[in-house]
Amino acid sequence: MFGLSAKDTRFLLIVVFLTLATPILLQPFPETSSLAQFNAGYPDLMQKFAIFGIFAIGFNILFGLTGYLSFGHAAFLGVGSYTVVWMYKLLGYNVLPGLVLAVIISALFALLIGFISLRRSGIYFSILTLAFAQMSYNLAYSVLTPITNGETGLQVYSNDPQILMGENSPTSPHLFGLVMRDSVQVDVGGWLFTFNIGYYFCAIIAILAFYISLRIFRSPFGMMLRAIKTNQTRMNYTGLNSRPYTLAAFVISGMYAGLAGGLLASMDPLAGAERMQWTASGEVVLMTILGGAGTLMGPVLGAGFIKYCENIFSKINDGVLHGWFAFMPDGLEDFVIALIHPFVGKGWHLTLGILFMLVVIFLPGGLVEGGQRLARLFRRKRKAGGPSRKDPEHRPNPEPHVAE
Amino acid sequence: MEAIILQILNGLDKGSAYALIALGLTLIFGTLGVVNFAHGALFMIGAFCAVIMQRLLGLSFEMVDETKTDFLGNPLKVQVPYVESWFGPELGGAIINWSVPLGIALAIPVMIVLGFVMERGLIKHFYKRPHADQILVTFGLAIVLQEIIKYFFGANPIQTGAPDMLSGSFDFGTMLGFDPNVIIYPLWRLVYFLFALFIIAGVFAFLQFTTFGMVVRAGMADRETVGLLGIDIDRRFTIMFGLAAAVAGLAGVMYTPILAPNYHMGMDFLVLSFVVVVVGGMGSLPGAVAAGFLLGILQSFASMNEIKSIIPGIDQVIIYLVAIVILLTRPRGLMGRKGVMED
Repeated sequence: MFGLSAKDTRFLLIVVFLTLATPILLQPFPETSSLAQFNAGYPDLMQKFAIFGIFAIGFNILFGLTGYLSFGHAAFLGVGSYTVVWMYKLLGYNVLPGLVLAVIISALFALLIGFISLRRSGIYFSILTLAFAQMSYNLAYSVLTPITNGETGLQVYSNDPQILMGENSPTSPHLFGLVMRDSVQVDVGGWLFTFNIGYYFCAIIAILAFYISLRIFRSPFGMMLRAIKTNQTRMNYTGLNSRPYTLAAFVISGMYAGLAGGLLASMDPLAGAERMQWTASGEVVLMTILGGAGTLMGPVLGAGFIKYCENIFSKINDGVLHGWFAFMPDGLEDFVIALIHPFVGKGWHLTLGILFMLVVIFLPGGLVEGGQRLARLFRRKRKAGGPSRKDPEHRPNPEPHVAE
Repeated sequence: MEAIILQILNGLDKGSAYALIALGLTLIFGTLGVVNFAHGALFMIGAFCAVIMQRLLGLSFEMVDETKTDFLGNPLKVQVPYVESWFGPELGGAIINWSVPLGIALAIPVMIVLGFVMERGLIKHFYKRPHADQILVTFGLAIVLQEIIKYFFGANPIQTGAPDMLSGSFDFGTMLGFDPNVIIYPLWRLVYFLFALFIIAGVFAFLQFTTFGMVVRAGMADRETVGLLGIDIDRRFTIMFGLAAAVAGLAGVMYTPILAPNYHMGMDFLVLSFVVVVVGGMGSLPGAVAAGFLLGILQSFASMNEIKSIIPGIDQVIIYLVAIVILLTRPRGLMGRKGVMED
């Protein structure tokens, strides 16, 4: 189906199901229970899952397939956001023109930056992309203030033209009348499920993005990119010019980033320069590596994992901790809370840093590899020593060697 | 002419910081072949050594002063730092006042130990891993170090002043024969520049004129052969890592009067220092130093109003622009060696 093998179709259908059922799956605890802290089924966070999922999927097409580590992808995120907000200002609150234009403009930016940066590889490529992104960030803050509104951030004012705004048009981002921030809440015996239009809009785009990336992974083009990652010199010796392929991958991933940036502005009609800072580029690198670079699901998992921790861990304060450990004797309770305190609330970055180091040290393949190792452990228990060739990077099967 | 000299002087202090950090980065890269993203965090920890020293010296106890009374006529309680009670008010006050330079005494052992622990505990296991993994794990380490500092010292910048004697500014122009009050330069920046020169000269002399340095240079050129000659090169490289950490730490200690330290100052400097290293050429020590000063001075020229009015915004992007141009025209940077990070 959809030009995919039976296995991939099953995979895609599972992903579609999981994405559409997210508002239910992420709400496992009743609203009144003390574990409701861990519920993630509220619109703001679910939208972030989908959007940063798209961002990481796109980054993975570049980094996971070709091995070029870009430290400047946040620039495209920022460009996408600015474009969408400008379309709000000029045309009106319909998100569609903005999103289309965001993809086009970020593709142009990516073409320019990629054309220059891809002349070098390795760490030089990383530094070049970093330099471009930092230049965009600094300029957005200073000289380009007429376009970007500097530190305040770009937003819609009441005296903007908005020529397509009708009398009854909604006054917040919408898609032909479907207002993004509207949601339906369903209360099922203590469980509160929120079905948000903005989330489903992002989710459908994310599924499309995932499908496209799946097709790229399985295509001859994807095979070529993987060959470049494996050994670029040998590719060049066979007489192949690898730059058009890497440039195409760079532009595609730039378009994904622009789309993600546009969606961020579609959910919340604001755009600020801090979206372009290099820490934002670093974040998408963290997501991709944490989940598993070069795998299909890894980046999405990594994006979800980081955004979940960011929102949930940072909400846990001392009051919540006291609530959890109230059953302990007083001295012990204070001691345990003092131990946990640095890692939650404002200190959740510490947890992230430690987790990230542990993943890089012990699980270079990310969460996906961790899952596969666990699965292999269980399978081995059932039937000892079956051939289980797990291949997170989807490499072609090796030819059997003649002499062996 | 005066304006040009002033801008060169202004660029020197930032350039010195870039040069010192880039020197440490290059030392680590040249010896161990590791791209260390935690180097900015080491700079930051050095700066906080000065803060710790200031707090240590400021530790005080409460004493009833019989000579002074408050408005009710009761004897006044005053805070007396231990240092003042030990050495007398004058010498003690001077010691507290000099807390930033004294921070060096704390920073050197702390940074060397930290460098050893980092290398033996973490980096050692990453020699055989790809550069991307090294970047990522040190990046994670930088986040952890930053957050630890933030936990203990808070997120706000902490003011740490230079000694009174060195905190003023002086008229540099009169020394060169210009009119007075044309080139006014803060004294501490000059101290920082001289200090940086001293450290850089020290590192180069150490590598050039000692047997230890000779072995290290040989190891940088061909690690395997040196190992085959029966020299324990790993131990020497560990010491070099400690030395590089100490250089970054010292750069941080002395920078505190120029920029009040906060927990993310390391990251801000790291990005620029990496650009500096790449511009200078990966693995080239003189290149790193030269590029550091060059970019620092260029940056201060670009922030002149005359130049900003011709090309608006140039002060924000000049370093990156120069980096892009140099990387595209001279692929190995200014003084890069052949065969270093070519893959």
